[in-house]
Amino acid sequence: MAGQTTLSRFVGKADLVKQGAEGRVYRAQFLGKPTIVKERFRKRYRHPVLDEKLTHRRTVQEVRSILRCRRAGISAPVVYFVDYTSHCIFMEEIAGSSTVRDHIVSTQQANSCKELELQQLAERIGRILAKMHDEDVIHGDLTTSNMLLRCSSQDTESDLVLIDFGLSYISSLPEDKGVDLYVLEKAFLSSHPNTNVLFEKLLQSYTKSSKKSPAVIKKLDEVRLRGRKRSMVG
Amino acid sequence: MQSILCFFFPATMTVVIGFEGSANKIGVGIIRDGEVLSNPRRTYITPPGQGFMPSDTARHHRAVILTVLKEALEEAGLKPADIDCVAYTKGPGMGAPLVTVAIVARTVAQLWGKPLLGVNHCIGHIEMGRLITKASNPTVLYVSGGNTQVIAYSERRYRIFGETIDIAVGNCLDRFARVIKISNDPSPGYNIEQMAKTGTQYVELPYTVKGMDVSFSGILSYIEEAANKMLSSGQCTAADLCFSLQETVFAMLVEITERAMAHCSSQEVLIVGGVGCNLRLQEMMGVMCEERGAKLFATDDRFCIDNGAMIAQAGWEMFQSGQVTELEDSWITQRYRTDEVEVTWRD
Repeated sequence: MAGQTTLSRFVGKADLVKQGAEGRVYRAQFLGKPTIVKERFRKRYRHPVLDEKLTHRRTVQEVRSILRCRRAGISAPVVYFVDYTSHCIFMEEIAGSSTVRDHIVSTQQANSCKELELQQLAERIGRILAKMHDEDVIHGDLTTSNMLLRCSSQDTESDLVLIDFGLSYISSLPEDKGVDLYVLEKAFLSSHPNTNVLFEKLLQSYTKSSKKSPAVIKKLDEVRLRGRKRSMVG
Repeated sequence: MQSILCFFFPATMTVVIGFEGSANKIGVGIIRDGEVLSNPRRTYITPPGQGFMPSDTARHHRAVILTVLKEALEEAGLKPADIDCVAYTKGPGMGAPLVTVAIVARTVAQLWGKPLLGVNHCIGHIEMGRLITKASNPTVLYVSGGNTQVIAYSERRYRIFGETIDIAVGNCLDRFARVIKISNDPSPGYNIEQMAKTGTQYVELPYTVKGMDVSFSGILSYIEEAANKMLSSGQCTAADLCFSLQETVFAMLVEITERAMAHCSSQEVLIVGGVGCNLRLQEMMGVMCEERGAKLFATDDRFCIDNGAMIAQAGWEMFQSGQVTELEDSWITQRYRTDEVEVTWRD
């Protein structure tokens, strides 16, 4: 109980960065390190039983998937500390980073010949996602807002960091991987109009990078046709 | 630009009549510059345990459409000569009912010598919601028997950020109602909502959110399989199941709406579509909005449920921006996605 109050006092002193869909995000110093605290607070619109189940499961899944990714050499924030009572994750702050979403938007607005640079970025995303899926990590919420670009030293290319693993889980099924890509495709094309070529590059590089990709891409094609009101020929 | 528009559309008011019949409702509504003059509607209601079939629904629409049309004109106090444009639902929806309504719209347009306008049904819902609630640029949750989409406007399209990857939420509720033989009068969803109020026990059901997308088919299969077993063993009541189903599927809808809002940095939500008049869904969405400092906009059953005025309103916007549909292009389509329409009437 004492730990609980120390924790809530700590979070109370931290700066609220934003309220995402999953919870509140704070910036603080933890053991002298710049830290992001993600607090999954109680969602009052949900039934308490459902809320507790989802919140607990997602905190566990987020930490588990981050660790699995990092072990495989995929960049994700370092987890410093987890509190399962208050559903708080303390993790590394990715300093000097911007979201891929902002990066694409600003590059497009700049309107200079950066098309090639964006294509290289799309290919890099494809490679990293292929690696993640080869580790059987399904992200569950792939959007360009959930990928960060960390600027490193001048000469090397910036590091791509995956974040927000709250909806992630472990699965080796091509179906789950196909849906993961489908979710990204929809978020990508609705957030960035007229970028079909860019997403096509992403998928091509995904296909090249993973041995298991043929089955996943086949599922992706299937999922696209599923459901109602899809445009179809014939 | 302004002067050219004024040349085509002098300062008189524009009156649009809208025909809607893409599912089991048939409605004719008249709109004059944002004012709903009339909006009568009939619903094809099937016995408990049954859904509505396309051919029977079309037969129902054929039998009543002229009566509804006459009501719409009388209630508005207008003659056909006062109408400026005839709008009808081009799709999406069930083929046979869509054809029936399109034929009547085409016929009256030619009889009266007025231009025709084919309207996307989903766009009709969005524009009607915007008109009634005055929401300026909301994230839209469109939930009905045939559709489940989270939509936001950008660059001349209503873009779909999230949607169901299988069946619509209303379809899930309707088919659950058939399993436990809940009445379809006035609608299965309404009766589930009323029964849910007396439910107390929360039965755990599958919860499937994939990013900004949702899936309902697994929940439906689960509850179809489990419902009668649980009811006959006295493990829970029908009211408990209604309650648990609503709590689960609505929590999923609120969650993907919140995710889309966070993704698009939006502070407004508009709920449209037949399921949108469910007060429990509105209440849950309201709580979420409060937590984020956002604003909720919703309408009641007159405008949430399919109606003619929504087609008239979207038609009015399109007509004002200079669109008409030529007779040879006045076909219908069962598949017509929200993001296929170029929005010529918004910046």
